[in-house]
Amino acid sequence: MKLVTKLAPAALAVSMTLGVASAAEITVVSWGGAYTKSQVEAYHKPWAAATGNTVVSEDYNGGLSEVKAQVEAGNVKWDLVDVELSDAVRGCDEGLLETLDINEMPAGDDGTAAADDFLPGTYTDCAIGTIVWSTIYAYDSSKVEGTPSSIADFFDTEKFPGKRGIRKNPKANMEMALMADGVPADEVYSVLATAEGVERALAKMDSIKDQVVWWEAGAQPPQLLADGEVVMTTAYNGRIFNAVASEDKPFEIVWDGQVWDLDLWVMPKGAPNKEAAMDFVKFSTDTKRLAAQASWISYGPVRKSSSSLVGSFHDKPDLKMDVHMPTAPSNMKNALQNDFEFWADNQDQLNEQFNAWLAK
Amino acid sequence: MTTAETNIEYEGESLKKRLDKAMFASRRRAFLLVLPLLLFVLVTFVAPVLYFLFQGFYDPTFSRIMPQTSAQLAEWDTVSEPDEAMYAALVADLVDARKAKTIGKVATRVNREKAGTRSVFTSSARKAAKLEAPFKEALIDVKKEWADPAIWEAMKTASNTWTLGYYANALDYRQNADGSYRRQDASRRVDTEVGFGDWSFTVNLGIHQLLFLRTLQISLMVTVFCLLLGYPIAYLLATLPLRTSNLLMILVLLPFWTSILVRTTSWIAMLQSQGVVNDLLVFFGVTNDDGRFSLIYNKLGTLIAMTHILLPFMVLPLFSVMKGIPPSYVRAAKSLGATNWTAFWRVYAPQTIPGIGAGAILVFIVAIGYYITPALVGGQDGQMISNFIDFHMRKSLNWNLAAGLGGVLLVIVMFLYWLYDRIVGIDNMKMG
Repeated sequence: MKLVTKLAPAALAVSMTLGVASAAEITVVSWGGAYTKSQVEAYHKPWAAATGNTVVSEDYNGGLSEVKAQVEAGNVKWDLVDVELSDAVRGCDEGLLETLDINEMPAGDDGTAAADDFLPGTYTDCAIGTIVWSTIYAYDSSKVEGTPSSIADFFDTEKFPGKRGIRKNPKANMEMALMADGVPADEVYSVLATAEGVERALAKMDSIKDQVVWWEAGAQPPQLLADGEVVMTTAYNGRIFNAVASEDKPFEIVWDGQVWDLDLWVMPKGAPNKEAAMDFVKFSTDTKRLAAQASWISYGPVRKSSSSLVGSFHDKPDLKMDVHMPTAPSNMKNALQNDFEFWADNQDQLNEQFNAWLAK
Repeated sequence: MTTAETNIEYEGESLKKRLDKAMFASRRRAFLLVLPLLLFVLVTFVAPVLYFLFQGFYDPTFSRIMPQTSAQLAEWDTVSEPDEAMYAALVADLVDARKAKTIGKVATRVNREKAGTRSVFTSSARKAAKLEAPFKEALIDVKKEWADPAIWEAMKTASNTWTLGYYANALDYRQNADGSYRRQDASRRVDTEVGFGDWSFTVNLGIHQLLFLRTLQISLMVTVFCLLLGYPIAYLLATLPLRTSNLLMILVLLPFWTSILVRTTSWIAMLQSQGVVNDLLVFFGVTNDDGRFSLIYNKLGTLIAMTHILLPFMVLPLFSVMKGIPPSYVRAAKSLGATNWTAFWRVYAPQTIPGIGAGAILVFIVAIGYYITPALVGGQDGQMISNFIDFHMRKSLNWNLAAGLGGVLLVIVMFLYWLYDRIVGIDNMKMG
């Protein structure tokens, strides 16, 4: 899906009269659906209006394969990609990404330097963070009797009968399975690092295997719930929030056992419009833009200075956003941060084991 | 005889020579006519395929980025304790790789041989520049994993530029440091049942072996279903009056012209548990709301959708062959006293074999590499080997293993083609 944010004619006129060099067109790649829409509204349109440049928005399903293919073929088409932390680190290690210096980012609105304003760990040598998102599970309250409240309830098909939607990927599922099996959040990765831990996680998932519908793209879980294909599904919290906020679906999010992660901007090595893309990164990660994005989808901004500016949903003034963020204290009671280093180390092996388990 | 022929002279040149000349000219003309196509196929098909197959044997990542360590590893016997020279070479290479930002590639490469070593490389490389001799103690101080011979064995395996390791891996074997092979770890194997009913037995297969087997099974079943469904349709089309059969032909061709994605997603709408088919079954009381059938996101879904999508590949060659069979043969058989069945089975059916052969091989070969339909409707047990190739291309970025899997698949297809040629005969096939 391609979507070109047209530059505002006024901005074009201004830039022309000022004699600014010809407008650039950058390609920004993200995850599609409600999430891309939030970026288009909060970043792309204002940036296009302010600079007279154009943003071409493309969708992908995550992973570094396209970036690797473009960089290795020396034919880079993408200027910026929205990636998960583990891919940002891996891409940087493998020399697929340009370095992005945190010190070039604008200071927070309160004057704090960017390096201090960004939450710890939300930027790396090659990536600048934008949001905190989370894998949670959600259920259709019109179809489920009772109120599931813990991560264990997701794996309990006797108490809450019905099909389950799960992402076809070990990441986040293995962690959730262990937490449902009684492993405290802070021990999950040390347990998962052992062969017995992996067996334990798979055994837990085995208990509901015949009830599972597998999904791959982030837009699928709300659809599966809406179609009645599943009564509960793991999902990205923002997707469920938007289905509730803009389509009035009867979905409820259970925050217990959430696995949160970051999304960051990275620039493939040799990106065609480096300067304009860099300008876009600076623009989109300033205090106001990050806060503005949070009014379109319930993903938390990574700047400290943005959190006080987070208001309500863009077309519903009484729908306050702060309690729907993964980082809200009430949602963080039993939460786990995705350990990118663990996954960088073990994903090949766990993917194979997960696939073998799937094929059983 | 031969001498007589060559001795015939005509205006100074032998007839054979003149004939050769004329033949050569026409052959050259024919060759020049197909040359653009030949070049096109070579550049866009043969060369990329060969290049990719080659990637399954060739992996210079480690040896190129870690040249000093590779040289040391080449002399190491895999049994004795790694010595100081090896550690010194390693530290020097780590420093260089860190500077060149290539350490991630090395780490990923070795991690494929031994899981969990990725961070050992990246974190050691960060500190490598500050290390001082003796490097063995210094490096083990940074990460205790360096004392483990297993990581050296993994590096030795990774340091082979030319390797059969990926093809072995595609068949669920792993290469050891000393060049021998072992079976894939038990945690990545599954017990599976092979055969039908009383003749089935359990075998312990690796995940790739299982998927190759399943791919063959699904392709074979799809081929059989297409034949069973396509044969009567083709017969009907070939025997009806032209006006009616043309109209019906549109019904066969219309789906053929529709995008595969559209057809596959239509099947999702039809077969899902809240879909059209289940709704009708509930409506007619065949089942109730809680007993809706799982018709999709499993092997059944893959079989239904693929059979539908590949049906025209069976109907079209069958139709063209049947169209060429004179109706008088069956009439003659009947007038000589054959029953309807005998006339069909003994006279008509044998004449359609070239069409069956062409249709079956078309459907089978297209099915064996099918990817998008199983990916969308296959769920967990309807996946095929092509979905794994895709996984290694797009997700795990292990292109060498993807090449290995693709190579094995190609060899299987070639073998089946050869087998088909031996049993049925390729000449005995008619595409249209």
